[in-house]
Amino acid sequence: MKPFDYVRPTSVREAVAAAAQPGAAYLAAGTNLLDLMKGNVSQPTRLVDITHLSGLDSVEDLPGGGVRIGALVRNADLANDAGFARRFPAVAEALLSGASGQLRNAATVGGNIMQRTRCAYFYDPASACNKRAPGSGCAARAVENRHHAILGWSEACIATHPSDFCVPLVALDAVVETEGPAGRREVPLETFHHLPDETPDDESVLVPGEIIVAVRLPAEAERFAAHARYLKVRDRTSYAFAIVSAAAALRVEAGVVQEARLALGGVALRPWRAREAEQVLHGERAEEALFRRAAEVALADARPAGDNGFKVELARRVVSRALAAAAAGTPARMPALPASPFAVVSGVSAHG
Amino acid sequence: MTYPTTLTINGVKRTIALDDPRVTLLDLLRERLDLTGTKKGCDRGQCGACTVLVNGRRINSCLALAISLDGADVLTIEGVAKGDELHPVQEAFIACDGLQCGYCTPGQIMSAIGLIAEGQVGDDPERVREGMSGNLCRCGAYKGITEAVLTAQEALAAAGRKEVA
Repeated sequence: MKPFDYVRPTSVREAVAAAAQPGAAYLAAGTNLLDLMKGNVSQPTRLVDITHLSGLDSVEDLPGGGVRIGALVRNADLANDAGFARRFPAVAEALLSGASGQLRNAATVGGNIMQRTRCAYFYDPASACNKRAPGSGCAARAVENRHHAILGWSEACIATHPSDFCVPLVALDAVVETEGPAGRREVPLETFHHLPDETPDDESVLVPGEIIVAVRLPAEAERFAAHARYLKVRDRTSYAFAIVSAAAALRVEAGVVQEARLALGGVALRPWRAREAEQVLHGERAEEALFRRAAEVALADARPAGDNGFKVELARRVVSRALAAAAAGTPARMPALPASPFAVVSGVSAHG
Repeated sequence: MTYPTTLTINGVKRTIALDDPRVTLLDLLRERLDLTGTKKGCDRGQCGACTVLVNGRRINSCLALAISLDGADVLTIEGVAKGDELHPVQEAFIACDGLQCGYCTPGQIMSAIGLIAEGQVGDDPERVREGMSGNLCRCGAYKGITEAVLTAQEALAAAGRKEVA
């Protein structure tokens, strides 16, 4: 790990000023950043520690509905907040399907959004990577790319955004509140992360020094509480990143879908909202044939970036199954294996 | 430049003059305070061998900068027994054969103490396995570990009932 200056600001304003300097990075829990620094993938010359700032760690109900989640709220605290989990069950399920108990106790809401891709070539300073070293090429294109993107990728970069949490958030129209050198602003999560295009090192809308202070879910997001699920397929049942995941949220009346929200994870460099597929669902009977049709539309533009062609059909099946699970209703209790395809029957072991 | 950092470690408040902000909590414990019970496995947050409790919550000490935890309360494996009397989770790991080589065991035990305190798993072994998935055991003692967590949880609950009564 390269040496760095350590700064502990006492206000958000001070933090923004300190982090606007070239080479600076924010430190929250550090569960991703320290890992990257140990591997010399990230080499900040200054760490601005925001964990001692007050006022960023509360979950507030908003007048008129919806919720505002402070950037320093820990993943475990949000997922286990009973009131929050009841109103936004797919968000809680996604959080609990990510990482491990230890990491969820540390990792923050803001850090989850800002986490970097888990592309193995990004993590390996000896490999070409346009995201880590612009202009050096993309080693993933030619080598091991089973986990890589099928939507929105470019010749320059085929990495994915690894977050589970962001997938239901983007389905539910989450808004990111930031503060930067030019003051406060709000950005829809859907457009917060940049697709790679020719500049995969330009990862988000944030400018130097700008910090996430909160994430907001609007009142409308609560309407889906009775029919909201997150489904995640991974190489092992727990403590693994998604190969493909989907968040599905429905409003169903008398067997007919009144309103639908759908997003995918593990398929692109941003949490992927599937708006056209949502339109397919509106006003139709909630049944398997419909879910499959929506899945076809959601993946209409998908194309393999290498040896990951299987992810296109896998994604269709995950979408279709997530929609079916959402239509069946949010379970009364969080499944023993959150978001797992092996967790459909509560209380029955998938491990024998 | 030194960075004065105050931590309460196993009940003892200590102010440490850190000469380098890069020191993780894990390296502080092992290399500078001679608390080598906490183990370094992967050093990247993947194996759980370094699990300790910070302010009562289990975390990976390899992915936390000591300086950032200024003011925190840290509990390591050295601090869980009362003299010669083992912690109920330690007792249960022995009784249930929850280990073979023992290298991951301090992390497993600290993770189990944290998991039980979180109060989310009840008596469902599947939830215990899911809750302990951040702790790898290369010897494959998972069956015993799961039994140990459930046994310890019951023992702690019984002790709690006794205390209340």
